[in-house]
Amino acid sequence: MTAAFSDRIDIALTVNGESVEARVPAGRHLVDFLRLDLGLTGAHTSCEHGVCGACTVRVDGQAVRGCLMLAAQADGAEVWTIEGLSDTGAVADLQAAFVARNALQCGFCTPGMLVAAADLLAVGGVPDRATIREHLSGNYCRCTGYEAIIDAIQTVALARSEKGVA
Amino acid sequence: MNSPFGNPDRPNSYIGKTVPRPNAARLVQGRGSYVDDLVLPRMVHVVFVRSPHAHARIRGIDADTALEVKGVLRVFTGADIAEVCTPWVGVLAHLKGLKSPPEHALAVDRACWVGEPVVAVVATTRAAAEDGAALVEVDYDSLPEVTDMMTALEPGTPVLHTDMGDNLAFQRLHDEGDVDAAFANAHTVIAAHFQTGRHTGVTLEPRSILVDWNPGEGQMTAWHATQAPHMIQVVLAEHLGLPESRVRVICGDVGGSYGIKVHIYPDEIATAAIAKIMARPVKFIADRLESFTTDIHARDHEIWGRIAVTEDGKILAFDIDDWTAIGAYSVYPRTSAIEGNQVVNLCGGPYDFKNYRAKTTVVFQNKTPTSQYRAVGHPIAVTVTEGLVDMAAAALGMDPVEIRRRNLFADDAYPAVSPAKMRFEGLSHHASLTKLVELMDYEALRADQAEAKSRGVVRGIGIASFIELTNPSPFMYGIGGARISAQDGCTVRMDPDGSIVAASSVTEQGQGTEAMLSQIVAEGVGVLPGQVRIITGDTQSTPYGGGTWASRGAGIGGEAALLAARALRGAILEVAGAMLQCPSGTLDIRDGAVVNMADGTDRMPLSELGRIVYFRGDTLPKGLPRELVQTRHYTPADYPFAFTNGVQASYVEVDTDTGAVKLLKHWCVEDCGRIINPQLVDEQIRGGIVQGLGAALFEELHYDAEGQLLNGSMADYLVPMAGEMPDMIIAHVETPTLESELGAKGAGEAGTAGAAAAVMNAINDALRPFGGEVMAMPFTPERVLRGLGMLKD
Repeated sequence: MTAAFSDRIDIALTVNGESVEARVPAGRHLVDFLRLDLGLTGAHTSCEHGVCGACTVRVDGQAVRGCLMLAAQADGAEVWTIEGLSDTGAVADLQAAFVARNALQCGFCTPGMLVAAADLLAVGGVPDRATIREHLSGNYCRCTGYEAIIDAIQTVALARSEKGVA
Repeated sequence: MNSPFGNPDRPNSYIGKTVPRPNAARLVQGRGSYVDDLVLPRMVHVVFVRSPHAHARIRGIDADTALEVKGVLRVFTGADIAEVCTPWVGVLAHLKGLKSPPEHALAVDRACWVGEPVVAVVATTRAAAEDGAALVEVDYDSLPEVTDMMTALEPGTPVLHTDMGDNLAFQRLHDEGDVDAAFANAHTVIAAHFQTGRHTGVTLEPRSILVDWNPGEGQMTAWHATQAPHMIQVVLAEHLGLPESRVRVICGDVGGSYGIKVHIYPDEIATAAIAKIMARPVKFIADRLESFTTDIHARDHEIWGRIAVTEDGKILAFDIDDWTAIGAYSVYPRTSAIEGNQVVNLCGGPYDFKNYRAKTTVVFQNKTPTSQYRAVGHPIAVTVTEGLVDMAAAALGMDPVEIRRRNLFADDAYPAVSPAKMRFEGLSHHASLTKLVELMDYEALRADQAEAKSRGVVRGIGIASFIELTNPSPFMYGIGGARISAQDGCTVRMDPDGSIVAASSVTEQGQGTEAMLSQIVAEGVGVLPGQVRIITGDTQSTPYGGGTWASRGAGIGGEAALLAARALRGAILEVAGAMLQCPSGTLDIRDGAVVNMADGTDRMPLSELGRIVYFRGDTLPKGLPRELVQTRHYTPADYPFAFTNGVQASYVEVDTDTGAVKLLKHWCVEDCGRIINPQLVDEQIRGGIVQGLGAALFEELHYDAEGQLLNGSMADYLVPMAGEMPDMIIAHVETPTLESELGAKGAGEAGTAGAAAAVMNAINDALRPFGGEVMAMPFTPERVLRGLGMLKD
């Protein structure tokens, strides 16, 4: 590895609403920073090259791949992981729908899948099934075959729309 | 004999109902505990240097520079590990003639596939270990490699393991009836050559193990993403020279298995050996390239098949010649001969015919070892069988549904024995096919297909019947000498507050094992499912058993849980009878309370009984049994396997200009016997189908002639993603096995068994008017265009 990867960089950011200051190697990926340095193990590492979506977290309002972003790039950012989104109740309806519809089996993709789904639903409206499928096309699930996930997200979109919160 | 579970109004009626999974809420909150989430004091990380050659002599290893990397602690060669870890041999006695050489945890003097572990680098961080591994210099002399399956046995091909004399690992021929006469006298004979792509499981969580050796206690503890904790316990003990009782395997949350995590992997055993040497916790987590090059591969069969039929479509004979190549070693301890063996067992499986010849030839090659992956052998057998049946129907001008109706085992034919000598206790092929035809509205779909054709849109309908092997008895592995339990156990206890704890030897990888067990125990004892806590995945605190593979968790583990729960109910009621001064037979337990059997009147909450038994036992009659812990075990004995059956259908659209196949819809009707949780069963079927759809359209590991894997990343090895997958209609017929009280058979592999064949038949239905046909999976656009004759080079 080039020596530059291990150069230390000071960063300050907020993670799940809490301010964090840290000194990280320049080569530290955001997902590794979250998992190894902050103990936030909800985001998972799997393909580690941006294809599978298991490490998806929210950075400054966008769903991003934690394996394609360096921790150093998150300096000044607002980062939300599944832990924080659970604590605030921001995705509580999606989580309840996933459980009710059994839209998860092993659960390894689920935190990333929920962040991606929340990203879609934040746009508002009730997306059709093809749109939901397309939006999740960067999140790999080997267990469910996706149909239950699509069902759960559609259910939540409808419920939010009926409540007028969408 | 079955217990009755049919009345939905019976008390505590949880078997047969959709009940939420107790562990799902935790997982959606990111509170799972997978192996890579664990951090132990003094933990170190191991990274492996792997062979870049398919076949090479290891002349020397220089680790000096690697050891200079800050954080690198130790470097181990094959010889170092061999001092504490004995090699293993992946053969089983009942697979007659199967041979395989001893395999070491790290290659000792020769590497036999690209990705075989050669050197282990241990460091305080994974990054340091990776940096160190990159600096290890291994001096290789490349050796001639064997990569082509079909020439592996030819005289000019080098012999991979010279001591063995040839590259043949296993061969089996089954010959029943008079196949040659049947073909000679047939009205129509169809011959075809099928290929199933080499693929792998692509678990989202890579293989993961964390092992600690505590010399103070003389105890090894392995946190392992596995399907079979007790099997791992046995193997670690045997090869590291420890008593089995001194090895504890803990299996927490597992991020997908599908058969990938039921095998012995050299790097995982090396990790345990290093923990024993260093006396501290060692973690190994495979990266994605390692997953592709070292997780077991599967399928990769070439099959020449023939079918003989009469003029009215009656099947006279099948003749199958199956070939597969399994890599350089037969995988320990389940072997790599099972998939070929299953092809012999399963071809023609749904059909009542007389003459059957099938041969499998299993050869060695310098590639990643293959072994059991979800639905072992079934997708191959179903593809060949159903492909031939459809081709015969087309040749006779017969509808695909009709030819199946004329040949499927009759629903009243059981017990029956197939020409492959598989014993069927009770199947429902015709009821399932009838239900499928109704569900898909077959006639309307044919009309839609015709209407699309009039618009120049090419669509096809494919059907595939199948049988599925579940609930294996000791006939699967035990008789071959493997210490792999076919028995499972469950311990059910009542705590003072009236809550129930059940510890089971079957494991959870997301399929819903714990939900299924909680429902069975709740019904068996008479409490709410929420009052039941389930413990799985710990060899130290659960009964001994096999784990979760071969669709056995519900059928075997579930039966043990039901028997244990009922025993606990009996024990509770005995105490209750003494406390309430009435015969225990007049009492029942419902919703967590002791009630009168006759009218359901509340008599006493279980928490009161618990209070008396645990804290005021002095008030009970001396000598009254009060054993509120009961354990029962179950192993199938009447049949070697509990076969299930089902039928799938696929509706596809083929773009004849680009060769692209679009999956429009998919149906499956299957019969797994007693359904414990309808939602979980449906989702097992759906997930299984999609793995079969991946096989049909996308998944294939490509190697070059030198044995280099060409597509070892998720960008290059395509898996099914949400955008390409269809919605799936699932339905069931229930024919409970009479062998158990519960009546459950397995459901986890049925989807995978038949999906790819249904898609193949649908594509061929679409291509047939153009004179096209495809028989080599996956059906990529290129292969479809070749099937249409539009690409010829």
